[in-house]
Amino acid sequence: MAKLRKIVTDPLADNNPVTWQVLGVCSALAVTTKVSTAVVMSLALTVVLCCSNVVISLLRNMIPNKIRMIVELCVIATLVILADLLLRAFVYDISKQLSVFVGLIITNCIVMGRAEAYALQNPPLKSLLDALGNGFGYSIILIAVASFRELLGSGSWYGMTVLSESWYTGNTLMLLPPGAFVIIGLLIWFQRTFISKTLREED
Amino acid sequence: MKFILNFHDKIRHLFEKGGTFEAVGPIFDAADAFTFTPSEQAHQGAHVRDAIDIKRVMVTVIYALLPCFLFGVWNAGNQYNTAHAIADAGLVQDIIRGLIIVMPLIMVSYAVGGFWEVLFSCIRKHPINEGLLVSGFLFPMILPPTIPLWQAAVGISFGIVIGKEIFGGTGMNVVNPALLSRAFIFFAYAKSMTGNVWVASAGDVAVDAVTGATPLGVLSALPEGVTVADAIANGQVSFTQMLIGNLPGSIGETSAIACLLGAAVLLATGVASWRIMVACVVGLLSTAALAKGFGSSPMSQIPIHYHLVAGGFAFGAVFMATDPVSAAATTAGKWIYGFLIGMLVIVVRVLNVGFPEGVMLSILFMNLMAPLIDSFVVDHHLRRRRKRA
Repeated sequence: MAKLRKIVTDPLADNNPVTWQVLGVCSALAVTTKVSTAVVMSLALTVVLCCSNVVISLLRNMIPNKIRMIVELCVIATLVILADLLLRAFVYDISKQLSVFVGLIITNCIVMGRAEAYALQNPPLKSLLDALGNGFGYSIILIAVASFRELLGSGSWYGMTVLSESWYTGNTLMLLPPGAFVIIGLLIWFQRTFISKTLREED
Repeated sequence: MKFILNFHDKIRHLFEKGGTFEAVGPIFDAADAFTFTPSEQAHQGAHVRDAIDIKRVMVTVIYALLPCFLFGVWNAGNQYNTAHAIADAGLVQDIIRGLIIVMPLIMVSYAVGGFWEVLFSCIRKHPINEGLLVSGFLFPMILPPTIPLWQAAVGISFGIVIGKEIFGGTGMNVVNPALLSRAFIFFAYAKSMTGNVWVASAGDVAVDAVTGATPLGVLSALPEGVTVADAIANGQVSFTQMLIGNLPGSIGETSAIACLLGAAVLLATGVASWRIMVACVVGLLSTAALAKGFGSSPMSQIPIHYHLVAGGFAFGAVFMATDPVSAAATTAGKWIYGFLIGMLVIVVRVLNVGFPEGVMLSILFMNLMAPLIDSFVVDHHLRRRRKRA
């Protein structure tokens, strides 16, 4: 049981896909100007990741090693298209803001990476937990980055005004991708200094 | 002075390792080094004995900046008095007004920058050094005088912390901290950095506010049907005015003559690299000639020599591009580095519709490329040597 729990909790901090493995940074820069888009993107990625890990884990004994990447891509692409269509059907406005980035989940290294590194070797339940952990790890960072950017850039959080415009001047750098770079960099520093201290010493 | 020295010696042990105030030791060290020559000297081995050290270099740059500073103070006051229609304001009034505008900016820059510098020194337990002396003075010189003080404070915080301290402090920075601070404000609070430098605000008593756009701003936003040549013929933009610098713009950079005086000091003392300055000018002129010959955008019609005195080029080429830490270090690298800065300035000015001025961005970009250029140059040398051997 403790082992299973570790599969979920490990990617939240000590082995976080964004701040530790530095994967999926492209979308972390692109869709984090607002918390609402970051939340939808996190959900979409987590769902796609869970489904793809389970499917690939079920197929793991049938996939010939030589063409495994192509099979993985087929599975992921199908799921991403489904997710994209669902978003367009139910939350059209947000899907328009996310634009190509839902489609680009296909190329998100986290999805491919977990399939390659984990689902191909492990049974479905463990793969599902691994996907959940990594999905949440990605979500935490995305929402953290988006919170800073929306708060500092537009003075609001999830669309609600927090810092009134009457005295707060929005920092437009935060709405540009370089602002996200700076914030992710500071998050990585924060994690390495205060959360994953022991891991840093092992490096 | 003797009693200060005695006092320092008496309390020194409190700040050394194991003392009561060990945590703020770097502050004591800095005060000690600032007031006295350090007592420790190297005793063994071969050492280059030279009067020049980091303190001397930094102070020389400050001397070189004085013409720009003095002119900037007068100009800021003069522009203010003109914009606010304060008639018969004499030289003294202009200077007093200028000091009221410029001094708070300098104080904020030093105070906030110094706070971060001291904080990092105390945490990292390394001595406070003189780097901020220049960065903290350069930064206000490249700000428009109308900038709110809190934005200057946020800007210098970003420049010092993100641009310098996290890379390990003075001498380890990749880009010029003062320029990075300015770039931060440029992108974060674009309204304060672009457009009209001096518009009397609503609360002021000015009867009719005179808007003052910088020369490049005027040229990039000419009304329909007016060409650059017309604007120059009308005297909207004049070469002599840009050379002398009595026009709106960032505090220290409007006057090309003041920058030239600074360049003379820097070159005479050997503090700045003449290669970089010359290469900047060559890159600028040759690209401007190309743009004038073949370019089709309206900005490409600016006479070539106007580019030399317009905007922040003179200041950037003299004080910013030559920063020894962020510039290329090899001889050939300096030529390439400077040439590309000059070239990029024209590319941004002439081809980019969004930005009328590109000196800051060009220098920052080439700061990032400088290590690459150096590495190419060194590789090239190594390969040539291997061939000869």
